[in-house]
Amino acid sequence: MQEWFSKIAFDFRQSFIDSDRWQALLSGLGTTLLITVLALVIGVVLGVLVAVVRSSYDQKKKKGGVLGLLNKICYVYITVIRGTPMMVQLLIMYFVIMASSTNTMLVATLSFGINSGAYLAEIIRGGIMAVDRGQSEAGRSLGLSYVQTMRFIVIPQAIKTILPALGNELIALLKETSIVNVIGMKDITKWAINVQGRTYQAFMPFLGIAAVYLVIVIILTKLVSIMERRLANDGTAKKRSH
Amino acid sequence: MEQQKNALIEVKDLHVVFRDPSRTVHAITGLSTEIKSGEVVVVIGPSGCGKSTFLRTLNLLETPTSGKIIFEGNDLTDEKCDVNLHRQRIGMVFQHFNLFPNMTIKKNMTLAPVQLKKKTQEEADEKAMELLKRVGLDDRCDAYPGQLSGGQKQRVAIVRALMMEPDVMLFDEPTSALDPEMVGEVLDVMRELAKAGMTMVVVTHEMGFAKEVADRVLFMSEGSIIEEGSPKEIFDNPQNRRTQEFLSKVLH
Repeated sequence: MQEWFSKIAFDFRQSFIDSDRWQALLSGLGTTLLITVLALVIGVVLGVLVAVVRSSYDQKKKKGGVLGLLNKICYVYITVIRGTPMMVQLLIMYFVIMASSTNTMLVATLSFGINSGAYLAEIIRGGIMAVDRGQSEAGRSLGLSYVQTMRFIVIPQAIKTILPALGNELIALLKETSIVNVIGMKDITKWAINVQGRTYQAFMPFLGIAAVYLVIVIILTKLVSIMERRLANDGTAKKRSH
Repeated sequence: MEQQKNALIEVKDLHVVFRDPSRTVHAITGLSTEIKSGEVVVVIGPSGCGKSTFLRTLNLLETPTSGKIIFEGNDLTDEKCDVNLHRQRIGMVFQHFNLFPNMTIKKNMTLAPVQLKKKTQEEADEKAMELLKRVGLDDRCDAYPGQLSGGQKQRVAIVRALMMEPDVMLFDEPTSALDPEMVGEVLDVMRELAKAGMTMVVVTHEMGFAKEVADRVLFMSEGSIIEEGSPKEIFDNPQNRRTQEFLSKVLH
């Protein structure tokens, strides 16, 4: 038993403390989080744009025109992105589309942003369509434009209904960034691979990063549920408790 | 000439056709009428006769297939016409209230006038409180729609439309989704509005209200107006067979 403990302690020291490996782990963690956050921003912007185009096209009576073309482009985008593996998209972005760029952070955030935009677009579109049509009719009948109605009335309500799905997408995005080592980025997964290469140890580094991912996901889940509660402040929750 | 001048809304040979892959519905079949400034027009008719569609077409929530809708001298069906601008002058109250559930009552009322730059936030707040006081709901200004009863919601919906200071108010079955004991409070507000000289077009099943408040009653069937006249003419001495049949069913 004693022996087992000292082995564990040795492994731990070798994996995390020797040659200041914890510093490399922290910088890897920074890379992982940075890619996730930037990609999320790109993804949300793309997702909202695509969702608005797709849902306003669906509601329009006369098809065709500029909106029809935009709708086709959005459809192709979603189909292609959802139909190919993330790692393949990342490799294509790095070795083909942006082959001249050495800025791997840019390549990674763009790839992940474009990827998650396609998934978010469908989630957001579902949320927009779930908002009662009477809501946008009420907005329009007051004289608000289509864009104002979307911005102030429909999208805030849509976000409330899709928040759990958005949380899922964020978690998936975070975990998927673990493949960025294929384009040579030093995220926490790459850190674990490196440590294993140096120390011939697998247990500590890999279980270590698994724990790191798990903790971040738990924190994110908690944050999402706090936001959910905050957005539910339309008085209905209070009413139910009577 | 005199009549021409007074017409706030003119509807000329309106047709509305709904097409979807499975069927085609001819909801409005050649409807023409005029709504004069200050007039209270009540539209009655059996369900599915197109009265709601007619009302919703007046502010282009439904797109006319053909025909013209002339509001204050502007043809709303013209492609070049800025519908948003005219909708500001046409208030609408819905059967299901359609209050914005994520905003307080006050915010519900001030959103449009502030965003459309008709009022500053302070002016809008002041006006909202004044209107809420008039319908007896000033103490609920910070509540959310989910915390109000149906009758209260509909009263808020009416004053929300009034915030834009419209020239005409459209009511689409405003009491049909209410519990019976709440119908009265909403009709009271509408009665008061009518008394204050507001031009109103009301689709309703409240025959008592129609008799009492309407200047003119339109009876619609199968997408067009088949009889119209003063409440007295329509209710006491209907000429058309279908009007007679309908009234004998609803007035007991």
